[in-house]
Amino acid sequence: MSDPTATQDLIKGADDPAASPVAVRGDRRSLWRDTWDILKRRKIFWISLVMLILFLLMAAFPTLFTHKDPEYATLAKSMEGPSADAWFGYDLQGRDVWARTIYGARTSIIVGVLATLATILLGGLTGVLAAYFGRWIDAVVSRVGEMFLGLPYVLGAIIILGTVAPAQSNPGKAMIMAVVIVVLALLGWPILMRIARSAVIQAKHQDYVQAARALGAGPLRIIFRHLLPNSLAPILVYATITIGSYIGAEATLSLLGIGLRPPVISWGIAIADHASYMRTGAHALLFPAAFLSLCVLTFVMLGEAVRDALDPKLR
Amino acid sequence: MKANAESILEVRDLVKHFPLTQGVVVKRQIGAIKAVDGVSFDLHRGETLGIVGESGCGKSTLAKLLMALERPTSGSVRVHGRDITTARGAELKRMRRNIQMVMQDPYTSLNPRMTVGDIVGEPFEIHTDVVPKGGRRRRVQELLEVVGLNPDHINRYPHQFSGGQRQRIGIARGLALQPEIIICDEPVSALDVSIQAQVMNLLERLQNEFDLAYIFIAHDLSVVRHISDRVAVMYLGKIVELGSDAQIYDGPTHPYTQALLSAVPVPDPEGRETRQRIILQGDPPSPANPPSGCHFRTRCWKAQDICAEQTPALEPRQGSGHPSACHFAEVRDVVNAQ
Repeated sequence: MSDPTATQDLIKGADDPAASPVAVRGDRRSLWRDTWDILKRRKIFWISLVMLILFLLMAAFPTLFTHKDPEYATLAKSMEGPSADAWFGYDLQGRDVWARTIYGARTSIIVGVLATLATILLGGLTGVLAAYFGRWIDAVVSRVGEMFLGLPYVLGAIIILGTVAPAQSNPGKAMIMAVVIVVLALLGWPILMRIARSAVIQAKHQDYVQAARALGAGPLRIIFRHLLPNSLAPILVYATITIGSYIGAEATLSLLGIGLRPPVISWGIAIADHASYMRTGAHALLFPAAFLSLCVLTFVMLGEAVRDALDPKLR
Repeated sequence: MKANAESILEVRDLVKHFPLTQGVVVKRQIGAIKAVDGVSFDLHRGETLGIVGESGCGKSTLAKLLMALERPTSGSVRVHGRDITTARGAELKRMRRNIQMVMQDPYTSLNPRMTVGDIVGEPFEIHTDVVPKGGRRRRVQELLEVVGLNPDHINRYPHQFSGGQRQRIGIARGLALQPEIIICDEPVSALDVSIQAQVMNLLERLQNEFDLAYIFIAHDLSVVRHISDRVAVMYLGKIVELGSDAQIYDGPTHPYTQALLSAVPVPDPEGRETRQRIILQGDPPSPANPPSGCHFRTRCWKAQDICAEQTPALEPRQGSGHPSACHFAEVRDVVNAQ
């Protein structure tokens, strides 16, 4: 017969209060630490980080940058050029362009970040489920994703926004933004679903997942302890870049008159309002457009820096 | 480590066929890969059963079937009389405590995002009643010490360890639930030779300490001989010969075993040139379409008509005391013969 006393002794030791307490801690060097070490050596990361902080400050505390009211209009000053009084000049309604550009950051960043979060939730969840359970769930999720992906972006947005929030309707600020966020996420989730799905499928066949199954781990533990942490890198990279592209997409929809609209202040609306005054008052168009481009660039650069650090294979 | 008669694992007529399908929308089955094709053996308490065979003969699929990571097409795997292949849910989870695994590749068998403490402690989080919460960390450190690792390294991550150390972590994880059976699926084939010896010695020490029964899968015959009490030779999903290590190595009766053994390198240069080597012709046939009768007949120099017509049973043959699946089995010492 077996002699279980040896292992029994080991367990007894575990409950023994006299046993010396564990004081020594080994040095923790996780893969995230390594990522940070690579990241902090990259110039592009620091540049984009400084710009990101600037934009976030603008979004959170616009009064740090301007004391003017972005809604205050003096029609007499319509399309007046830049001066010491108003650095970026005045727009068509005679409102301060600098103030409106600063206040526009908040809308653009909120829409970009929230739409990306919604995309991650929707695409990530469906992707993980499709990859983990496979079979018909995978087939259904993948085909539905392809249907959404087959829809041209702008066409899809026109149809949905035109139905839910037609131009003659008059929804509140939050409602307009919520609708745009939902539309962006609805049309963008299949790409993230595919990224999450492929990353999870790759992780699923690793030996450590088999080992966890052999220990008797359930699906939740396997997904949250083993699959997700090892699939996060590509999702994170794509999400960072997506924030930038969603900010651009929001401006596109606003330009077409179906996205955000007054009373919301956004770069896209400013561009839309002054698109036809390119020759007479370029300042009212160029400054919001420049901020928009810089903001998109910030997120794309950040995403690229993160990608280089997280996933050297993709370089 | 002397084996006694009580068998704790009984495998009977285990079959695993992977279906081959064709078609995109409507899938038709056009055949099957016969990865494991009728395997039976017993494992006794405290013994080591070595399983050898070339790549693709079904060794790893067999390991997965024994671990209930794959469902068999037919047959049974009984642990203490209860069939693990039909167990579900809580019962399966309870049975898993008794049969654990050490994986082949120490670089992919540990989650790179978890610390060593989390990896070795995960069994306790899944089976919460084994060790009370407060004692887990201490227990993990003891396990690390048992396998010869510094218990202070509990917060390190797998990539900070060498291959041999990682394999020790994998062994500690396998030991955590105090199983009676550990399935080692080529546990040393990814390691350097010097490290192989260390890990093998560790496995032997643990076996004596905890009275473990091993199923030791490998393709390296000398490694298997070193650790095994009994050896099973697999070819194309079937066991072709089964016996004690002395019976298999000194008196093999199956032509395939003889061919395998004749390929083992001999360290003594004296007479090495004149040694008989059996060179097999061709490749193993596809497991999707194995030959009729004896699977080995297409490469066997003894093959006759009966080999194509009748499948040889795994039974004791004339002149030897151990079972062999060959119509023309006869003892031939290829290792010591000149």
